[in-house]
Amino acid sequence: MNDTFEPVIIGFTCNWCSYRAADLAGTARVKYPPNIRLIRLMCSGRLDPTFVLKALTSGADGVLITGCHPGECHYLEQNYKTLRRYLMLRRVLTQMGIEPERIKLVWASAAEGVKLAQEITDMVEQIRALGPFKSRYPLPLNPPEVAHVQPTAERGTA
Amino acid sequence: MSVNGKPKFAMYWAASCGGCEIAVLNIHEKILDVDANFEVVFWPVAMDAKYKDVEAMPDEAITLTLFNGGIRNTENEAMAHLMRRKSKILVAFGSCACAGCIPGLANLSTREQIFEAVYEGVSTDNPTGIRPDFQWAAPEGNLHIPEFYPVLKTLDQVVAVDYYMPGCPPESHQIGAVVDLVIQALQGKATLPPTGSVIGAGTSTVCDECPRIRNVKTIQHFTRIQQLAAIDPNLCLLEQGIPCNGPATRSGCGALCPRAGAQCIGCYGSSDGTLDFGARLMTAFASVIEGKEPAEIERVLDTLPDPVGQFYRFSLAHSMLRAAPVVLEEEEQYATHHH
Repeated sequence: MNDTFEPVIIGFTCNWCSYRAADLAGTARVKYPPNIRLIRLMCSGRLDPTFVLKALTSGADGVLITGCHPGECHYLEQNYKTLRRYLMLRRVLTQMGIEPERIKLVWASAAEGVKLAQEITDMVEQIRALGPFKSRYPLPLNPPEVAHVQPTAERGTA
Repeated sequence: MSVNGKPKFAMYWAASCGGCEIAVLNIHEKILDVDANFEVVFWPVAMDAKYKDVEAMPDEAITLTLFNGGIRNTENEAMAHLMRRKSKILVAFGSCACAGCIPGLANLSTREQIFEAVYEGVSTDNPTGIRPDFQWAAPEGNLHIPEFYPVLKTLDQVVAVDYYMPGCPPESHQIGAVVDLVIQALQGKATLPPTGSVIGAGTSTVCDECPRIRNVKTIQHFTRIQQLAAIDPNLCLLEQGIPCNGPATRSGCGALCPRAGAQCIGCYGSSDGTLDFGARLMTAFASVIEGKEPAEIERVLDTLPDPVGQFYRFSLAHSMLRAAPVVLEEEEQYATHHH
C-alpha cells in the first residue's frame, strides 16, 4: 500500500503471561513497533469475539490475541476456548470477505519477551502489506434519539 | 381525522415476507380488542389505503405503528421516515425490522451478485437477460420503481425506533400481551417501558426456557438435524451435535423449537447485554467443541459449512460488521453518488 500507512493493531494480552512478556520486552529494551496498543485481560479466555469485532469496526487494521501456551493456562483450560473462538472467527471473517490474517493468535509465556516483540513486528509488517482495513461503523447500532412526544392517555385520542 | 375518536393503528411491511402480518392476525379474538380500541388507518396487507392518505395525516396522528421488514430500497426508506413522522409509537416489529433477518444475509453479496441470482439464476427463465431499470422514460412520462440499495438496513439504522419486538415472527401470545399493555397505557392503567426497550420478549436466553437437560458433554462434530436417525427427546440439542442457537438467542418464545425437537435458529435475536449475536454464539460453541489441537478443532468446524449463516442467520444486518466490506464499499459509493 502507500508509504504513509501506519497500521493500528489492538493486542489483547493475558495478565499471567503475554502481558508480562511485553513488560519484559520493555525492561530488556527489546524494540517493537509502536503500532500496537496492548490491552490486558485476566486471561485470553476472557476474550469475547465481540472485542475483536469492536476493534476492527472502530478503526483497528488488525487484532493480536495472545495467551499462555497450551497446557499452561493459569485457569487450566481457558486458552483452548480462545483457540476455538479464534478459529471460528477466522472462518467468519473469511466468509465475510475479510482477510483472516487481520487476526492472529500467539502463545507467549512471561519469559518470551523477545518472541512476543518479534511476533508483533511480523504482524505489523503483515498488516502493512494488507493495507488498511476499511473498518467503519458508518451507522451507529442505534441512531441518536430524535425528540418526539411520548404517548399519554390524553394524547392517544386524536 | 378520526371519525370515532379512537387512537389510530397502522402496520406497514418493508422488505419482509408477510409472516409478521399473519402473526398479528393469529392473536385470534384479541384482534377484536384491537378493533375495539383502535381505528386501523393504514395496513396495506389488510385494507385499502394509499401512501397519500398517510402523508395527509398530521404528524404523530397514528398512536401505534408496527413496522416490519428491513430497509432494502428507496421506497422502504421513504416509508420508514413517513411512518416515523406520523407515529407516536414506532415499533420495529419482527426480526427483519429489528436485526435484518434472512433478507439481511444478502449483505454478504453485492447488488450484481444478487441481481445475477434473481434474474439469471437456474430457476429463472429470462433468455434475454432483462434487468429492471429504476427509471424509464415512457411516452407518457418518466416511470420510477424503487431503487435497490447495496446494503439491507434495519429500521433503527434509518429512523429512531421506540420499541423492538423481535421474532420471526413474534409469537402471537407476546403480540397479544403488547396490545393489552398499549391499550392499558392509553387508559392510564399502565405505563409503557422506556424508549428503546425490547418488548414482547424475555431478557434471558432460549436455553433458560428450554426443558432439555444439559450435561456439559463435548461435541466431536456437528450434524444437520435432518441427517440424524433419532434425537434424544430429553437431552440438550447442542450436546447432541445439532448446532442450536439457543445459548445466544433472546428468550420469549418459550423455547418453542427445541421443545418440538428442532434446533433454535435464533430468530429472537440477541439477549440483553449482547452487542453481537454471532460473537456470543461463537463463545458458547467454543465451550462445547472438543479439541485442543488446531487440526482437531478445524475438523469439528468443517462440519459447520456456513459459519456466517449459522452465527448470524437473523442478525447480520445488525451485527458489528453489518455486511461484507465489498458491500459496504458499494454502499459508500452509492451514498456519494446520490447525495
